[in-house]
Amino acid sequence: MSFQPLHFYQTGTFTVGNRLLSDKDRTVQADIGRTNSLNSGHRACQGCGEALGARFAIDAAMNAARGRLIAANATGCLEVFSTPYPETSWQIPWIHSLFGNTAAVATGIAAAIKVKRQKGEMGDVRVVAQGGDGGTTDIGFGCLSGMFERNDDVLYICYDNGGYMNTGVQRSSATPPAARTATTMPVGPEPGNAFGQGKFVPAIAMAHEIPYVATATVAGLHDLEYKVTKAMGMRGARYIHILVPCPLGWGAASQDTIKLARLAKETGVFPVFEAEHGEVTGVLKIRRQQPVEEYLKLQKRYAHLFGKKPAVETIARLQAAADKNIRKYGLLDQEAN
Amino acid sequence: MEKPFAITLDPGSSLANRTGSWRTSRPVYVDRLPPCNKQCPAGEDIQGWLFHAESGDYESAWRHLTRDNPFPAIMGRVCYHTCESACNRGQLDEPVGINSVERFLGDEALKRGWKLTAPSSETGKHILVVGAGPSGMSAAYHLRRLGHRVTVHEAGPLLGGMMRFGIPKYRLPRDVLEAEMQRVVDLGVDVQLNSKVENILDTMQAGRFDAAFLAVGAHIGKRAMIPAGDAAKIIDAISLLRSMEGEDKPLLGRRVVVYGGGNTAIDVARTAKRMGAEPLIVYRRTREKMPAHDFEVEEALQEGVMVKWLSTIKQAGDSSLTIEKMALDSKGFPQPTGEFETIEADSLVLALGQDVDLGLLEGVPGLEVSDGVVKVGANMMTGHPGIFAGGDMVPAERNVTVAIGHGKAAAKHIDAWLRGDQYVAPAKHEVAAFERLNTWYYTDAPKTVRPMLDIIRRQSTFDEVQGGLDENNALFEARRCLSCGNCFECDNCYGVCPDNAVIKLGPGKRFQFNYDYCKGCGVCVAECPCGAIRMEAEEI
Repeated sequence: MSFQPLHFYQTGTFTVGNRLLSDKDRTVQADIGRTNSLNSGHRACQGCGEALGARFAIDAAMNAARGRLIAANATGCLEVFSTPYPETSWQIPWIHSLFGNTAAVATGIAAAIKVKRQKGEMGDVRVVAQGGDGGTTDIGFGCLSGMFERNDDVLYICYDNGGYMNTGVQRSSATPPAARTATTMPVGPEPGNAFGQGKFVPAIAMAHEIPYVATATVAGLHDLEYKVTKAMGMRGARYIHILVPCPLGWGAASQDTIKLARLAKETGVFPVFEAEHGEVTGVLKIRRQQPVEEYLKLQKRYAHLFGKKPAVETIARLQAAADKNIRKYGLLDQEAN
Repeated sequence: MEKPFAITLDPGSSLANRTGSWRTSRPVYVDRLPPCNKQCPAGEDIQGWLFHAESGDYESAWRHLTRDNPFPAIMGRVCYHTCESACNRGQLDEPVGINSVERFLGDEALKRGWKLTAPSSETGKHILVVGAGPSGMSAAYHLRRLGHRVTVHEAGPLLGGMMRFGIPKYRLPRDVLEAEMQRVVDLGVDVQLNSKVENILDTMQAGRFDAAFLAVGAHIGKRAMIPAGDAAKIIDAISLLRSMEGEDKPLLGRRVVVYGGGNTAIDVARTAKRMGAEPLIVYRRTREKMPAHDFEVEEALQEGVMVKWLSTIKQAGDSSLTIEKMALDSKGFPQPTGEFETIEADSLVLALGQDVDLGLLEGVPGLEVSDGVVKVGANMMTGHPGIFAGGDMVPAERNVTVAIGHGKAAAKHIDAWLRGDQYVAPAKHEVAAFERLNTWYYTDAPKTVRPMLDIIRRQSTFDEVQGGLDENNALFEARRCLSCGNCFECDNCYGVCPDNAVIKLGPGKRFQFNYDYCKGCGVCVAECPCGAIRMEAEEI
């Protein structure tokens, strides 16, 4: 079962907190005593979805691990904006690895902890690895697959903003079709990123049949925290893929970050689900379905699809992809709201 | 400090990096005016009292409500709740059942015996209130709360004014009316029944009053020039409704024709139905043009009241009436057609509006009367200093809620006037329009419908037609409130800030921005469900 929303309490569990609910039904983020793992003063852009997603996820993980957590962090936006030497925004034990070896570094930490625990030199400490989509789906993919295959006791969290944003918005294998990046300019017969075969890492992680795979967005905080907490309650290789809109790379207004994540889920562009040992066990249903245009038109990376001569066919292909997600994961439900 | 190889600086926190300097505009917490509050003629802080009701704290909700209006149980029955038409939730699914929650709170207060708050000190001033109707008793309540001595003179034998003599029992049970009136009297308001004020200046001088508030209502039924035979039984609606309160119920016969299209006409017809008659309303225009509220028309039709639209009464005989058919012209005004019809009628009730008995004002210098009502300024004062007026006797829409609002406004102005001062209402916040809300965050929840008395009992008894909500569904209904424009501590801003630049101050204390780190992205503004944050440009 996926996260079950609570109804009839004015805002139910749609909002971060809710004064009418008991503390246990509110989020970690609603708590005055949350870790604030990623503290103020970081240099992420205004409205950064990744900064938000990282705090959401790591605070929830810290809460689940009762503060005993080590994070390994791939090179990428998250590392660059949080830790310019000698300052850091991280308020947890944190290590910066190379771009491509975070999964391996985290595996090493987990192995070291295992040995030290066997020797009675330390108590239980949990390990999280995190990186962007570049460090996960491209550069670090080999190490990640190895970590899955060995079922190492690590929770890997990928913050997917669909490109190499801090180096100037270049394409990654997670960049969606038709999107403009610095390396997929809107020129030629198929402007923007090509409609390739796609590389949806959550599905690849599921193919490894690891204990837990989940997707989430920064728009569904209760769902995201539920998944992190659930993953932290398990052992072995776990993978959570979080969609984090990027105002800079997507060409979106800074205040629309959460709205875009919400639209990605509501249009079916990004399926939100969870899977155990390779099988889907729960999906977050669409509550108010929207056509993909609502999602696309807020982003300048898709601006070439609109304007005077809208690229109707391209939009239809993107809609078809969303519809396929809806079919495949069963995202629509009469009773869903 | 000994440092590892190639490390020359101490570890530092990013808190040294004041990212607030990036900002070009800043979020600011605001309170906006919910449309319901803006609409309420009695000036209730509806969103404010619903906020308490949402958490199940009904006593706080009732206390908050009665700061503005001491009669929630009455309001919950007779108020036409224009607040609900203004409710933003109406654009989402259906408006919040404000009126039904108000009634629940009113009934709960009566059940639990909650008392109104007595004044903390006395001012020594003595104020005369003329008329114990909604306006007079509202003024008495507010004046008393401000510490003034209040004496109410009422011409009739009972408290309530038009609420008793104009509103039938099936809409307002008399025990509810009595109880809410008595609660005001219990604050130490002196009420003298059967004491008609013949001349206001004489009474003020005799009682050495410092000021007076007049709210005598409009109790004289308007007559129409209808040629009538000697035996024709013609009475006016307001006399009929008044006589329903006494021992001798009026004799109307079987066929009762009610002439008029306002709420009073409906009340009379429904009353006649309950007395076993067959009422027929004759109205010169169409249903759409009827001034009566549509739900009342609908309830009357359900009970078997008949209506003849587009008709005027030309002549009244002893057991029949001559009716002329009308047709609407291009401007929507009814014009005679010359087609006549005779209908049976044992009696004719005229519900054509009411006039004010202004006898007590004769010889008062400075006072101005036009169209049968007394002119008052924005401060509710008549042309004669120290004499204020409100309710049906001043130019305004005539209903209980407006009257109660007049009483409250007058009390504030009288209080200021007695101190040689002027009451200036605090500036209104900007309206919390629907576009300001992020309705994604609200739970889908349709309106709770109040139970209605079954139709047979509605046709034959004076039992209350509309039932109330129980605690469970009253709570549900209160929680449908969107809290438009006013923070309800959902923690969204605190949660969605990518820069931890929102400080949570704890339950009831809301939040604060930490402008040292707020980059001004505006996510909190976009994701605030109720529109309680505004973006303001920075001075650069």
